[in-house]
Amino acid sequence: MAENTATITESVALPLQRQRHYNVGVILWRVLLYIVVLWGAVIFAIPFYWMIRTAVMPPYQVNLFPPQWIPDSINFVNFRAPFVGPFPFARWFGNSAIVSVLSSAGVVLSASFVGFGFARLRFPFRNLLFIVVLSTMMLPEHIKLIPTYLLFVQLGWINTVLPLIVPNWFAPPFHVFLMRQFFMTIPQEMDDAAKIDGCGWLGIYGRIHIPLSLPVMGVSAIYQFTFTWNDFLHPLVYLQQVDKYTVALGLRLFEGYMRSNIQDMMAAALVAVMPTIIIFFIAQRYFIQGIVMTGVKG
Amino acid sequence: MATLNPAADAGARAARRKWTPEKREALFGFFFISPWIIGFLVFTLGPMITSLVFGFYRTDLLQVWEVVGFKWFQAVFTDVLVRKAMFNTAYYAFIMVPLSTTLALLIAVLLNQNIKGQSFWRTVYYLPSVVAGAAVAILFKWLYQPDIGLLNSILNPILFRISDFLSLETPLVAPRWVFSQDWAMPSVIIMALWGAGGAMLIFLAGLRGIPTALYEAAKIDGAGPIRQFFSITIPLLTPTILFNVVLNIIASWQVFTQVLIMTQGGPNNATLTMVLHLYNTGFSQFRFGYASAQAWALFLAILVFVLFAIRSSSSWVQYER
Repeated sequence: MAENTATITESVALPLQRQRHYNVGVILWRVLLYIVVLWGAVIFAIPFYWMIRTAVMPPYQVNLFPPQWIPDSINFVNFRAPFVGPFPFARWFGNSAIVSVLSSAGVVLSASFVGFGFARLRFPFRNLLFIVVLSTMMLPEHIKLIPTYLLFVQLGWINTVLPLIVPNWFAPPFHVFLMRQFFMTIPQEMDDAAKIDGCGWLGIYGRIHIPLSLPVMGVSAIYQFTFTWNDFLHPLVYLQQVDKYTVALGLRLFEGYMRSNIQDMMAAALVAVMPTIIIFFIAQRYFIQGIVMTGVKG
Repeated sequence: MATLNPAADAGARAARRKWTPEKREALFGFFFISPWIIGFLVFTLGPMITSLVFGFYRTDLLQVWEVVGFKWFQAVFTDVLVRKAMFNTAYYAFIMVPLSTTLALLIAVLLNQNIKGQSFWRTVYYLPSVVAGAAVAILFKWLYQPDIGLLNSILNPILFRISDFLSLETPLVAPRWVFSQDWAMPSVIIMALWGAGGAMLIFLAGLRGIPTALYEAAKIDGAGPIRQFFSITIPLLTPTILFNVVLNIIASWQVFTQVLIMTQGGPNNATLTMVLHLYNTGFSQFRFGYASAQAWALFLAILVFVLFAIRSSSSWVQYER
């Protein structure tokens, strides 16, 4: 933008004095901009820093007052605490991984199937049904909670991972929307060409749309993974045995037990958030792409 | 479908031959969307209706199933605790929605100023919203710890200097955050603001959709940055603002995990929110009928505010063309 400003001011040929005055303003504005952005970023980063700092700090240093910003030494002894304590922390971690991976898989497969239907086939009430999809996207989760709980009680699924996974195999609306928006951008000519070559609808879906939509499937999978990993309400309702807990649920139990050992607590919290952070950094591009798709076209 | 009547049989065969491409397409269409239809009936529409029905029962979902009529739906309006929870949730939502939308917009606009290392800054601001949930609530509990927590160990010396400077008799002291009845809810809100990065990314995407030619034209017409912001950026961003506001209303009215972990609704019910209260009513006290009635009351409240936002949007959202 700075360059543009320069060319425009030149082309309009403002008096020299005014031009210089304007440039000083621009420089001041940009300095101020960087200061504000930097400070904002520092404030946003501090909680993370504090979590890491507390997690690697030697225990004697944690409760000192005033708090110390930099640990005397970096040690990883605190990270052993969640695993050697009385709780099956590794097991929780495994449960979370199973639930998150299977939920993501279900969302990707089912939502892309349904999204294809909404994007490419004409059938009665299609628009009406798609409006229903959009409105259920906004439906608060709590309204379905109690009857769904009863349903899973009667199926004998309490204290299993099934209630956390199975609903995700039935095309959650947000992901249907995401997929449908993406499929709409694939040129119709490709479908027509495949049809001439004798492809049926399943062939068009499987041979053209799936290969082309791998990026958006990535977006969907990452979102669902993060969401399921962080989810607290559903595990809380469906899982009552401690060894069946997910990490999010287990952390709370661990917290009640570890109240005084804040460094162990922070180490556990850090371990618990690590998968989502790692996935975010690996797939940053997809994350942002997904936001662009939902935000701009939504 | 075998029939004895040959004429009808021929008719059926003709009808089958009439499976025109359109009909075939429609059939396949329903086949493709069938997972959603099943899911919608079993996991959405069914439970919604059932929870409304449950609202007319006194039930523990096991032995007790007693019809009580409109009792719970009336109680929702008179129960002191429900009113408290409704008030707290409204308090949270009415502060949270404007504040987090403004903050997200502000960050997005700053990051959109052709700034160096944009993707780095974007990551820093966005990352907190990736780790939402239990771990964050536990982290903030530690930051808010009133005696040796980070926040107060920064605030207290500053407040002490200010008091000293103003020579106040009773020096200012930082609040006790989640342990204080007045500050518990603001604590939850501040923590939630930390996750404004999600909305920020949506705004960034929206900002990228605004044609730069408009700004150049405005510049030639002599509009300064502030004028440009209010005459171009804001109007063209209104659809994105609406989108974020609606998402935010829905999320804010359902605030649960944070309050459960940080305060369990306390102190003295100062952070008891509706979802937390209906969770307690149902899953702790086993009054599932009453909890269902509360769920519906909350749902209607959310619906009213979302519809209000959408209906009012015709007067402030500008769609292109």
